[in-house]
Order: sequence, then C-alpha cells, then structure tokens
Amino acid sequence: MDPKPLWLLAELTYKCPLQCPYCSNPLDFAGSRFKRELSTDEWCRVFREAKALGVLQLGLSGGEPTLRADLEDLVRQAHGLGLYTSLITSAYRLTKERLAALKAAGLDHVQISIQAADAELSDAVAGTATYRDKIAAYHYTRELGFPLTVNVVLHRRNLHQVEALIRLAESLGAERIELANTQFYGWALHNRDALMPTKAQLDDAWRVVQRERARLGTRLEIVWVLPDYHEQYPKPCMGGWARAYMTVTPAGEVWPCHAAGRITTLTFENVRDHPLQWIWEHSDAFTRFRGDAWMPEPCRSCPRKAQDFGGCRCQAFLVAGDAGFTDPVCSLSPHRPLIDAAVAQVERAAEAPEWIYRAAPASRRLAAKG
Amino acid sequence: MRGRDVLLYPEGLVALNPTGAEILQLCDGVRSVADVVAALEQRYGSAAVERDVTAFLDGLAAKGLVTYGS
Repeated sequence: MDPKPLWLLAELTYKCPLQCPYCSNPLDFAGSRFKRELSTDEWCRVFREAKALGVLQLGLSGGEPTLRADLEDLVRQAHGLGLYTSLITSAYRLTKERLAALKAAGLDHVQISIQAADAELSDAVAGTATYRDKIAAYHYTRELGFPLTVNVVLHRRNLHQVEALIRLAESLGAERIELANTQFYGWALHNRDALMPTKAQLDDAWRVVQRERARLGTRLEIVWVLPDYHEQYPKPCMGGWARAYMTVTPAGEVWPCHAAGRITTLTFENVRDHPLQWIWEHSDAFTRFRGDAWMPEPCRSCPRKAQDFGGCRCQAFLVAGDAGFTDPVCSLSPHRPLIDAAVAQVERAAEAPEWIYRAAPASRRLAAKG
Repeated sequence: MRGRDVLLYPEGLVALNPTGAEILQLCDGVRSVADVVAALEQRYGSAAVERDVTAFLDGLAAKGLVTYGS
C-alpha cells in the first residue's frame, strides 16, 4: 500500500524576531524563493487537501507563526477539519488574550521554545530579549488548560543546563520537555563548529536525563533528540523519506522535511500549481527516495535498512555531496571520516568560535554567495 | 484514520479498537473508573469488563495520556 501522510508542518512565515544561530529555516529564508506568502484561503485549501490525504497532526510553525494576523482563522479551519493542531512558537510578545483567542479557535497544544534556563544566556542565544515573554507565556498556557511542551535546542553553550531546564519545565507544570540536540542543517550547519558539543558534555547531559526520567516517571516526558554525529548509526530520519510527513513552506513549496529544500538535485512543486495529493504521490521530490529501491551499498544489503531507512537524505547531500548516498553519520558509510573529522576538530579546539546569528541581512549575503 | 478512531496528542497518536474508543468516550473527566465500568456493564449486560477497562486505561496512563485517581 502506498504510504499516506499523517503529519503536516505548516511554516506560515520565515519572519522571526529571534535570531537563533541553529535555526532550521533555510539559509536563504530572506530571498525571493520564500517571499510571496500563501494567503489565508490558500492555507485553508492546503489543510483541506491534507486532511483528505490522511493528515491528522498539524504543526503551525515558522519563523514565528504568531506574526500571521490570520493565525486564529487558520486554527479554526484546521480544527473544524478534525486536525490536531500544535502551535510551535517563540512566544515573543505573546499575550494571554491572543492565546485565549487561539484556544477559542480550537488550538490543541502549545510548544514554546526556550534557549537556556536563565534570562541572560537565553536572550544571548536568541539574539533578542524574549526570556520574560516566554516565562509569562508558559504560565498563560497552563492557566488556559493547554498541554504544554517546552522545547530547547541543545548545543555547546547550554548543554550544562540540562538539569536546570528539566526543573524549569517541571516547575511550570509542562507535559513534555523536548531536549533537541542540534541537528546540523541550515544555520546550524553554517555554525557547526560553534555549536557542536564535546563528547564529555553529551555524556554528562545524558546521565542527567536518565536520572531525571527515573525521578519524574510520567509526570514529565523528557524527549532526548540524539546528537547524531556522536552516534554509530543514523537516525530514522522522518520515519523514512516521504512516508508520513510533509512540510509546506511560507510560499507554498512542499518538502518531505523542513530541511529538504537545500537539496539542489531535487525538483520541488508548489501548492499554487498542483494539488497536494499529486505532489505527495507523483512529484520528483517525494518519489525519488521513497521506499528502498534507490539505496546504494552499504544500505542495500543492510538488515538495518528497514529500521533507519538509510538515514537522512539532506545530510547525505550536505556533507557527502549526493542525496542518494548512505547518511555519512553511519559507521558503515565510506563518508563517515567527514563526520569524524568535524567531531575531532571540536574536541581539539580550546574554544568554540563565534556563531553568526540568523538574520535577514546575513541570509541575503549567504543567498547571494549561493 | 482509515475508518478507525484515533487518540491524538502532542507529537503522536494511538489507533483505537472499537472497545477502546467506547471506553474513552465515557471518560469525561467526571465519571470514575467504577462509573465507566458500570456504564459498560449496563450497556452489554455483562459483569466481566472491569479487567479490560483497567488494563486499557493503565496502558494509556503509562504513556501519560490519561490520569485517574482511586
């Protein structure tokens, strides 16, 4: 049976007041490719088509999705279709009134990022003063009865705060904390040497996570997104290419994951030109790596291929130079030395270099360089 | 989902069989587990549902998807 999508990530805008140096948005987010944002009606059509295809989970993300003045209308439409809606936000200037209006529109779940456990470091990582807004919004979220996920991207400069972050989420009454070790795409790949932690940092943090999981049980779910450069085998990226997931970008391109747009050897289609169903079933971007017929060795004969699906196509493209290669993170990949070298360089370096913040001028500069 | 009931939650879903769906429909935040059991026993004229109900709810509770007291 052909796979059907269950998940849709709607990236409503790439505008964002935060400037996190690990942002998963494209490096060229400020360029012409993403300029002409979908209208309210166009998004509503996307949601209808997604539901008809089988989608049940809708993530409303960005950029900063609350910058869209029509967010309540979009939530109302999605909720009316029976989609489970999650708002993925930085909570920048997010008021209780806005959250209450979103609740009334049918929003199911709120995920609010935080960049560190204290205001000084959190604001320094975000490049924007937002810590106070976040703490206030966590409380509003709980007061309004939403399930709450606290999301933190982990890297060299905040991994030592894992325990404080878990305690913060616990004190807020959150259901989940997502401790997402930086995955190196987009801005994070650009800033890799500044962000990558040492092995010792990761080992310490992992010990804390195990201890805190035992202490908290089901009171607070602790999700630990693996730092894949430090693993032996690749992650089962997106549960397999084009098997259950799709991303629609602000201007309507449809991608098999939120990083796939960087793969220059794929052709991406737009919801303005084609129905979502056609894009899912027939477009080049979705069919190229679906299933396992595309796999080279060592994946082709590997018993793990049903488990990790050959890992991540974006990583194969960005690091090894071809989206059709085995994920270079795999210890069986001939390109694994590229990963080992990046890890070794961080272990050797006395100090991490400075990062470049995600911001429109830097994006335009990088886009011009190609 | 493909004609089945599902329980949706942050970042996940559980497909339910018809019995599970029926149990969850009775979980309204007011009824106790005993009330749910009684309602089902009355509906089906059977007195052997308690174990099934608690096993089902324990499974969801282990995932943090339902909470209930004694």
